[in-house]
Amino acid sequence: MTTEMKLTEENWSLVIRPQRAWWDLRLGELWRYRDLVWLFVWRDFVAYYKQTILGPLWYLIQPILTTGVFTIIFGNIAQLSTDGLPPFLFYLAGNTVWTYFSASLTSTSSTFTSNAGLFGKVYFPRLVIPLSIVFSQIISFGLRFLVFLGFLIYFMASGSDVYPNWWILLMPIHIVIMAGLGLGMGIIVSSLTTKYRDLQQLVGFGAQLLMYATPVIYPLSSITGGWRWLILANPMTPVVETFRLAFLGTSAMSPAYLLYSLAFTFLVLLIGVLIFNRVENNFMDTV
Amino acid sequence: MSDTVISVEHLSKTYQLGVIGTGTFFGDLNRWWAKKLGRPDPYAKIGEADHGNRIGESIWALDDVSFQLKRGEALGIIGRNGAGKSTLLKIMSRVTAPTSGEVKVKGRIASLLEVGTGFHPELTGRENIFLNGAILGMNRAEVARKFDEIVDFSGVEKFIDTPVKRYSSGMYVRLAFAVAAHLEPEILVVDEVLAVGDAEFQRKCLGKMSDVAHAGRTVLFVSHNMPAILRLCSNAIMLDRGRLVKQGSAEQVTNYYLNSNENAEGAVAWAGENAPGTNEVKLMGVRLMDSEGKSKSLVEINAPSFLEIEYDVRQPGLKFRVAAGFNTQGVVAFTTNELYETQHDRPGRYISRVEIPANLLAEGEYSVSVSLFASKGLKIRYVRAKNVLVFQAVDYIAGDSARGDFTQNLAGVLRPALAWEKIFAGELQL
Repeated sequence: MTTEMKLTEENWSLVIRPQRAWWDLRLGELWRYRDLVWLFVWRDFVAYYKQTILGPLWYLIQPILTTGVFTIIFGNIAQLSTDGLPPFLFYLAGNTVWTYFSASLTSTSSTFTSNAGLFGKVYFPRLVIPLSIVFSQIISFGLRFLVFLGFLIYFMASGSDVYPNWWILLMPIHIVIMAGLGLGMGIIVSSLTTKYRDLQQLVGFGAQLLMYATPVIYPLSSITGGWRWLILANPMTPVVETFRLAFLGTSAMSPAYLLYSLAFTFLVLLIGVLIFNRVENNFMDTV
Repeated sequence: MSDTVISVEHLSKTYQLGVIGTGTFFGDLNRWWAKKLGRPDPYAKIGEADHGNRIGESIWALDDVSFQLKRGEALGIIGRNGAGKSTLLKIMSRVTAPTSGEVKVKGRIASLLEVGTGFHPELTGRENIFLNGAILGMNRAEVARKFDEIVDFSGVEKFIDTPVKRYSSGMYVRLAFAVAAHLEPEILVVDEVLAVGDAEFQRKCLGKMSDVAHAGRTVLFVSHNMPAILRLCSNAIMLDRGRLVKQGSAEQVTNYYLNSNENAEGAVAWAGENAPGTNEVKLMGVRLMDSEGKSKSLVEINAPSFLEIEYDVRQPGLKFRVAAGFNTQGVVAFTTNELYETQHDRPGRYISRVEIPANLLAEGEYSVSVSLFASKGLKIRYVRAKNVLVFQAVDYIAGDSARGDFTQNLAGVLRPALAWEKIFAGELQL
């Protein structure tokens, strides 16, 4: 009798309990649902193109317009330094990188509220959604990046002082940091929005403010005052700076700072996944 | 190895009632600040101040529920609205977590809480099959293997490459159910999906579910459709206000359910200005009674019953007639009305009464809609009250109803006892 009891105890494939241990992240289960991640990525991609007329052209128009505005306002009117780089290319580089991070952050931050309908009916690891968002954003980042490359080649051909170099190989690390940071911060916010809806407004606005604390529209070298530590503490600073170093050849920052960003990303991601994991159990009762 | 595939142990779930937080960070901050300054809560509703106990009040949606399910068993879960059925299914399908207790499961659970979840309108039927399959827990290879079967079952082959936003709602549901029905989980959790689709499709779904049950897989089936529970499930449990009140064979439990309903009033009544109707005419009550004048919500199909409609006429001289419609299985089974419009010269309370003869209704749940209207000359609808009363028609299968001695499922929304005759028309020319 007791042996049989013991045997069945071990045979349960699933035990539903009030609260799981906080360290029980069930990443294995997430791996089993990897097909679903890809299908969501693919769904977003297909659905997006079916609904727009201009389709991929948006990826061309949006960065060019934003960069054009930056060039006129910050470059021509405010006359901010661009480390001697062509202003258009300087802003385009910063913009390309920044957009990926901020889009990942803002769209993952609404995970719970915008998927309440789906989450209320079926179970799948909730992390599938923010993960798929970050991967979808990589596609649009890729398209923006191609636009950037196009302009880079054009500027090089017309004899500008830009020198792409071997630091280009750092790009996978850039992507990992941006994706991880966007995901980590996004799921922290999305977990908090199950209780406080207004945090969501704060995200779009906060992401914009954060951009000014990142060397997107100015080079790090132009910041010398008491605020420099703040810019340096921003984990996105090394990403933007070393991205420019790799593709344009000029930066005041050593790529070694990326290690700091990596560590920061890992920490944010860990905290994010832990909080997310805690909230996903019961959020259906409060949303 | 034991054959128990689901073990629910002391499962409880509480929900908080009332407002816990204000829902926004700014709101909570504001409330905290007001409290600190000794001002009244800016978010309290007027007149609510002395009802402080409302905050944090909780309701037990499930209260210490335990049961077990063996492999291949089909368990029906019945209970009135708010009994905790949906909460139980939500916990079992892991949409929400229990407050205490646990559920142990062997094998894959698939729930059909609502079909079509995650369908994207812009994607084609084909694309949605893959997406929906993955949401429900299948991998791509599995879906690909079952693809033809799914399309076949849904009957939308011709439109499989059309975006589902162009589908009719029936096609949409059929496709969605087809995906879910082909999950091949070890445990299937179904919550009244059968309320959708036409009769033929419903039959197909029930067929598919009994295939599942007979293929040695385990089914948990929540439904108000007692005949369906009786046909599909071997055992059943009944929940009432979160507690498990009856457990046993499907016949025992459905009988218990229907009988406990019998005690419920087969009547509704309104008071004052809340009553449906216009200023001139108000519907005050609707009752279903047996021939002894006792109101009941359970009628035997081979005995007559009476529907009484009570209404106030507040102005003299109104002319109208009373009508009632009986709905079952998603269609209007029949409507009946007073033969002539009558002039109500004296204001006051009136009662219109109609006999529902024996051997007219089929088994199952009926809902009654009532309408008071004038159609001669000026068309006026004084009262239109839909589904005001719900009752069950039952056949105790004693051999004296329209069934004769046939005991299996009989289709139809009406069941008149018709006279059959048989004559011998001659020898065969062999």
